[in-house]
Amino acid sequence: MLNYIAKRLAMAVPTLLIVITVSFFLMRVAPGGPFDGERQLPPEIEANLMAAYHLDEPLWMQYLRYMGNLVQGDFGPSFKYKDFSVTELIMQGFPVSLELGALAIALALLLGIPMGVMAALRRNSALDYSLMGVALGGIAVPNFVIAPLMALFFGVILGWLPVGGWNGGALPNLVLPVIALAIQQIAYIARMMRASMIEVLGSHFIRTARAKGLSEREVILRHALRPAMLPVLSYLGPAIAGIITGSVVIEQIFGLPGIGRYFVQGALNRDYTLVMGTVVFYGVLIVLMNLIVDLLYSLFDPQIRYDDD
Amino acid sequence: MPAMKLRSGALALALSLAAATASHSASAETLDIGVMGELASFDTSQVAGGVWESQVLRDVYEGLMKLSPEGELLPGMATDYSVSEDGRTYTFQLREGAQWSDGEPVTAEDFVVGWRHLLDPANASKYAYMLYPIVNAEAVNTGEMPLEALGVESLDNGRTLRVELESSTPYFPQLLAHYTAYPQPAHLLEKYGRDWVNLDHIATNGAFHPVNWVSQSYIEVEKSPTYYDADDVTLDGVTYHTTEDRNAAISRFRAGELDIVREYPSERYQWLKENLPDATHMAPYLGSYYYVLNQRDGHPTTDVRVREALNLAVRRDVIAQQLMQGTFEAARSFVPPGVAHYQQQQMPLPGGDMDARMARARELLQQAGYGPNNPLDLRLRYNSSEEHKRIAVAIAAMWRPLGVNVEMINSEATVHYQSIAEGDFDVARAGWIADYNDAENFLALLETGVGNNYGAYSNPEFDALMKKAAQTQDADAREAVLEQAEQLALDDYALIPLLFYVSRNLVNPALSGWEDNVQDNHPSRWVSFDD
Repeated sequence: MLNYIAKRLAMAVPTLLIVITVSFFLMRVAPGGPFDGERQLPPEIEANLMAAYHLDEPLWMQYLRYMGNLVQGDFGPSFKYKDFSVTELIMQGFPVSLELGALAIALALLLGIPMGVMAALRRNSALDYSLMGVALGGIAVPNFVIAPLMALFFGVILGWLPVGGWNGGALPNLVLPVIALAIQQIAYIARMMRASMIEVLGSHFIRTARAKGLSEREVILRHALRPAMLPVLSYLGPAIAGIITGSVVIEQIFGLPGIGRYFVQGALNRDYTLVMGTVVFYGVLIVLMNLIVDLLYSLFDPQIRYDDD
Repeated sequence: MPAMKLRSGALALALSLAAATASHSASAETLDIGVMGELASFDTSQVAGGVWESQVLRDVYEGLMKLSPEGELLPGMATDYSVSEDGRTYTFQLREGAQWSDGEPVTAEDFVVGWRHLLDPANASKYAYMLYPIVNAEAVNTGEMPLEALGVESLDNGRTLRVELESSTPYFPQLLAHYTAYPQPAHLLEKYGRDWVNLDHIATNGAFHPVNWVSQSYIEVEKSPTYYDADDVTLDGVTYHTTEDRNAAISRFRAGELDIVREYPSERYQWLKENLPDATHMAPYLGSYYYVLNQRDGHPTTDVRVREALNLAVRRDVIAQQLMQGTFEAARSFVPPGVAHYQQQQMPLPGGDMDARMARARELLQQAGYGPNNPLDLRLRYNSSEEHKRIAVAIAAMWRPLGVNVEMINSEATVHYQSIAEGDFDVARAGWIADYNDAENFLALLETGVGNNYGAYSNPEFDALMKKAAQTQDADAREAVLEQAEQLALDDYALIPLLFYVSRNLVNPALSGWEDNVQDNHPSRWVSFDD
């Protein structure tokens, strides 16, 4: 198992290297630069800026400089947010996104899995149709519609919950953004769970289990649930990486200090170091999450083993 | 339907007012302001641009001059100043007893150090050019001269500041209230270098000092007991909430979480006016929304007849009143109304009968060689935004009867401004918000060779007038020259003036000391909650 992990991590290095290199050059190919704005800068001031950020050097040199700093864990200064380094921005924002994302995923699993299982067990019943109808709605209505509506209803009209702000992660401030983030995930997971449950229920080993005279409850919980979770599990790897790196929409609507917006804003501002920082961070997270998911497979599917041989 | 709308509106209003009152008994004297974006830095040399940035900086720092609630200049860190006969030497008397928030006195040396810091090429300040009127400032900023060559000097142990200007600059006192002219604490800069703004040891000289900053969420400042006028400041603190989503900001205002929302979206104006009439502010603002006409060789817009025709066909009132629902004012000049010491000019456009105007426009285009067989093709660029798009579509439609084919190109702001700076357009959207309340700040955009002169308009007579204005001491005489210059550019149809900006703010009706003004500057030190 350790051997396998080491191998996977070793393989991740060239992957990340390619991701970083491609992003670095793509960012520079994009038209416009970090200092193009509504106000044209006098050439001498632009020259000062280019020099201060080493943008006056040849591109290959900038690349080497960036990689050199990166190896030492230095993402460089943000071009836009001058009082913070990119590392500081990510370190300040990530715990917020992580907390929100983890809660949203937990909520999604807690609701999505039972919903999917129930729908599968009562296939083609009214319950199935209504659960799947709700799920379809969850997928179809984007969160930039749901989130403001929830804020309006629960925050402005009923006054039960704060409309926005982080407030150090206080529970009332978490409720709306977590639900808004989770809705789509609940829907995906419920639909996925239903489909795979139906498939598993039709397989031979379930027939065998039933033939042995096990109760329906035992058949579902002991034999069907774990294999039926596999597709959800593979979905969870990238989904978790995606959700804990923040959602620009949810963060902006609820005014939350997560890292989701850095990627979008960084790209729009041509804040090269900030974009690169988030790309590297996201890349590492995806690699790690995929690895964890692959390791979890062995817990859920007895056919998968990572033996050291 | 109308009845229902009214009811829901009234309900929302009642709820929001109830919520607003409820929240304020809890956190009595902290002002919560929803700002559009994130401050770039507490180091003023690293800041460039956002209205939200000057809001925060103005509350924590104070320059030689400060602004009243109405935007009038008042003595700030300098209690008095004198100007030499030739208008080139300013001598400021620094305020006795002014202190940084760490208790150190504010001296003339802090201004010398702060301004050198801004102009130091190593600090790469975007707005360094604001101080270029000072002797050798440009040379210092380009690294041709050492920092010490800058024409500022601290005299009598830091009680007096003397500033030498390259030429008489009548708007210089205006500049002194801008954040680029704020002092920096020499004692901290020496100790920590650029890291002096770290909140662990930052000191500020304004009514408030920063205590907490969660990036992308909020900045908290507290009242400074060391501020010379602290007895007059009633707020205990201010929190600036980063609320990029403007509609979400309105919801937070209605829920009582925010007392002020800067720049609410214009499309919400009608709703807000009906439902929150006491809170909804809209006022003239020193900003011009215009279309640049490319006058580089090879563009049809080099022909003054084409420029006049395009101007004639634009129905500004329709855009301002119908399309933008009154959230802009129609513009027939470049310099907006409300600019100090300035009389608004007019582009020569006959009013009234639109048919006659269109006929004249057609005639002009014909003279310029365009007609049904040789239609005028124009490339119109705008930066992506729903507002800009609607205006562009409307204008293209207004030009269509003249046989003008418009190809519309929209791109994100960065690409847009880069493209128009390179001259890759015929007509392009642009806007200008005044840095300081002076007509020169707008008109300089039409001087030959100036970076922001996107259309490359060039008229030696105009340049000569601008130069003359810069050398004219007498305010009235200078005003006349500037007006003459603008009229000349308008007679040349140098651009298409379209709209004047207005400021849009939601303000808790329970606040006093918050006044609408043309620069939309609202120092929190004047603001208080009514009891």
